[in-house]
Amino acid sequence: MKFRDEYRDGVTARRFAAAIARVVTRPWTLMEVCGGQTHAIVRFGIDELLPPGLTLVHGPGCPVCVTPVEYIDKAIEIARRPEVILCSFGDMLRVPGTDGDLFTAKSRGADVRIIYSPLDALAIARAAPTREVVFFAVGFETTAPANAMAAYRAKQENFRNFSMLVSHVLVPPAMCSLLEAPGTRVQGFLAAGHVCTVMGFRQYEPIAARFGVPIVVTGFEPLDILQGIFMCVCQLERGRAVVENQYSRSVRRDGNGPAQEIMREVFQVVPRRWRGIGDIVESGLGLAESYGDFDAERRFGTVITDEEMATECISGLVLRGEHKPPDCPAFGTRCTPERPLGVTMVSSEGACAAYYRYRGARIPTVGGR
Amino acid sequence: MQLAHGGGGRAMKQLIDLIIRPAFADPELDRCHDGAALAVDGPVAFTTDSYVVRPIIFPGGDIGSLAVNGTVNDLAMCGARPLYLSVGLILEEGLPIDTLRRVLASMHKAASAAGVRLVTGDTKVVDHGKADRIFVNTAGLGRIVAPTPIGPSSVRAGDAVILSGDIGRHGIAVMAAREGFGFETTIESDCAAVTNPVLALLEEGIAVHCLRDLTRGGLASAAVEIAETAGLAIVLDERAVPVRDDVAAACELLGFDPLHVANEGRFIAFVAPEDADRAVEVLRHHPVSAEALVAGWVEHGPSGRVSCRGALGVMRAIDMLSGEQLPRIC
Amino acid sequence: MRAGRVDFGGIIKEINLAFVPEASVGDHVLVHVGFAITVIDETEAQRVFLYLREIGEFVENEAVKL
Ligand code: SF4
Repeated sequence: MKFRDEYRDGVTARRFAAAIARVVTRPWTLMEVCGGQTHAIVRFGIDELLPPGLTLVHGPGCPVCVTPVEYIDKAIEIARRPEVILCSFGDMLRVPGTDGDLFTAKSRGADVRIIYSPLDALAIARAAPTREVVFFAVGFETTAPANAMAAYRAKQENFRNFSMLVSHVLVPPAMCSLLEAPGTRVQGFLAAGHVCTVMGFRQYEPIAARFGVPIVVTGFEPLDILQGIFMCVCQLERGRAVVENQYSRSVRRDGNGPAQEIMREVFQVVPRRWRGIGDIVESGLGLAESYGDFDAERRFGTVITDEEMATECISGLVLRGEHKPPDCPAFGTRCTPERPLGVTMVSSEGACAAYYRYRGARIPTVGGR
Repeated sequence: MQLAHGGGGRAMKQLIDLIIRPAFADPELDRCHDGAALAVDGPVAFTTDSYVVRPIIFPGGDIGSLAVNGTVNDLAMCGARPLYLSVGLILEEGLPIDTLRRVLASMHKAASAAGVRLVTGDTKVVDHGKADRIFVNTAGLGRIVAPTPIGPSSVRAGDAVILSGDIGRHGIAVMAAREGFGFETTIESDCAAVTNPVLALLEEGIAVHCLRDLTRGGLASAAVEIAETAGLAIVLDERAVPVRDDVAAACELLGFDPLHVANEGRFIAFVAPEDADRAVEVLRHHPVSAEALVAGWVEHGPSGRVSCRGALGVMRAIDMLSGEQLPRIC
Repeated sequence: MRAGRVDFGGIIKEINLAFVPEASVGDHVLVHVGFAITVIDETEAQRVFLYLREIGEFVENEAVKL
C-alpha cells in the first residue's frame, strides 16, 4: 500500500540504523511523545536496531491512558441512566474506573455504543430523538477538531438531545511539565506527527529554546521514526536544540488552519488532571462558554478530580518515561490486558500493552502458564 | 417463521417436509426416522460446533456454509475424511422463510462440495428475541485416514509450519458487513472446506504431524495453543505470511493485527522438515491452498513461546488475542 | 459539509473533508476519526529516501573526520 510498505522496508531501516550508530558518540535518551509511535517502536523492534546507549523512553501520548479516573466513573454513571446512549471510541471501554469499566456497564444493560467518528454520535442522536446521546470526547489535538465539529454541528442544527463529556488534553504543556520535573532523563523529543499535522510546530519552538532540547516532529512508520531519531541525535551531538520537521509530507509549520479555527470556536483551554501524572496548568480543552448547552457536565453534574489512590501500578512513572513496563513488578503477572491494573495496560496505545503484546510477558517459566 | 413451526405438530412437519428435508436431499433423511443408521469401518473422528455468526449472511458465505465447512474442517484437522454431518437448527420466530431457504441451500451446496452427507437433524423455533435469527449446530463424523496420530503432541522440533494461504479475510468481511463500520470493501470470507488439500497431503505420504484451522484468534492463537501443548517454541516469518492489501488496510484502520483475525478456510500443517517442499507443492495444486507456503518452523525452546520475525527483521513475541478486539482511537 | 470517498488500499470509506478545502480528487489524505486532516505532499513524501542518500555521504565524511 502507498505510504506504508515503502516506509517499512527492512533494508532501508537498517541503513538508517547504521547511520545512527555512526553519528552517536555518547549515550542519549530520547522520548517519543505519542502512543502510536511507542506502539510502532515496540511492534517493529526499532529500539533493538539502535546502538547501545541510545535509549528511547515512552511518553504520555495515549489519550485513553491519561483520562482521569473520575471521568471514567462519570461516563459510567451517565451511561447507567435509562434515557442515555453513551457513545465512545472503542478503546475507552476497557479502561478501569473506580468500580468497573464501560464494558461492564454495557453488559449490565447500559446503552454504550462504539463509534468511529464523532459525527456517528450525532447521527445516533438524530435517529433517537427521545434519547439523550452523550459523546465521551477524549483525545489530543489530533482528535480535537473532529470532536469540535460534532459540537459545532449540534449547535448549528439545534440538537437538544446531544452533549459531550469532554476530557481533552494538549501535548506541549505536558512536555514542559516533564522537562520541568527535577532529574528528568529526557534529552530530546520526537514530537507527535499527527498532533502537529493539526497544530503545526510553532508552539514547540519556545520549548526547544527554553529547555535546550531538540524536538523533531516525527511520523509513525518505522522509517519515519528512524529518521526522526537520526535528526534528533545529530542535533544532540552538535549541541543544537531546535525544532525540525521529519514528517513534512503531512506537517506544515502552521498546521491546519480550518481545524484550528473550529477548535478555537468550540473549545477553551482549561487546567487538566492527567491520570498518573497529576495536574498540569492549561493542558486541557473544555467546551467554551458559548457551547455550555452541550456540556454533559452541566446536564449530569460536574466531574471533581480527587487525589489518586496509591496502588502497585507504576503507570504514572511509565507515562513520564521514568520506567519501562517490564520494570513494574506486576507486569505480565498480576497485570495483563485481560486483567489490567493500570490504564497503560488497557489501551492498545499504552506502553505496557505494547510491551505485553509484542515482547511477551511469558518470560517462560517451565510448564507454560 | 412462527412458534407453531417448532411445536411438533402439523406446522412443524410441514416446515421439515416442505423446506428442510428437500433442501438437503439425502435418502437417509427421507427415511423420516429418529436417527441415521450408518456404517463406517475403522477409527472415526467425531466433532461438534455451534455457529452464531452475526450477520448471518456476509460476503463470501453465510451461516449455512460456515456451519458445514467449519465442522468439515475440524474433521479434516483430525486427519479424517469427513463423511456425515448432523444439523441442529435454532430458529427465531419471525425469521423470513426465504432466509431459511437460502441458508439451507448453501448448507447443501457446501456439503456436496466437501463430499459429506447431511444425514440427521433437529429444528427448534424459539420466541422472538431468544435467538439471533438463526443458530446452527453441526456435528460431524469422519473416518481417520492418517497413518500416524495427528495432533500437537506429534509435533517435533524442526517441523516446518506450512500455511495454506493468505489470512484475515473472514474476520474482516464479517466485521465490515456489520452496521456501523461504514466500510465499502470487496473482501469476501475465505469460508471453504479444506478437505481435499488435507487428504492429498496424507495420500501423498507427507509426514503430517499436526493440523490446525485458523478460526477465532487467527494464526497467532493457533500457533500459541499448539506450541503450549507440544511444549515447544514456534518461530514465524511475518514477511512470508500473505495478507491481502485491503485486509491489511482494514486491520490498520481498526488497530487489529492480521495474525489475530479469524479465517474459515485456512489452516497450518506441521510437517517433517524433509517433506516441507513437497507438502507446499501438493497444497498448491488445490484452489483453496494455491498460495501455500512455509511460514515458520518449530524449535526447542521455552514451551509455548511463539515469536515472529517482523518487517524490519527484528523478532517480536506473539500471543493469543486478549479479550475482544476493540477498534482504537489513534 | 464536504465529504469524499477515500480509498485505503482497497477499503473505501466516506470521509469528512471540512478541514482540507484544498483537497481534490486523486489526492492522498491523512485521516483521523473520520476526518481528513491533511493532504499528503507527494514530493515531501520522497524526502525520507533522499535524506538517506544525503546522510549516506555525510556519514561517510563524518566517519573520515572522526
Ligand atoms: S504493568 Fe500494569 S501495573 Fe505495572 S505499570 Fe503497567 S499498567 Fe501499571
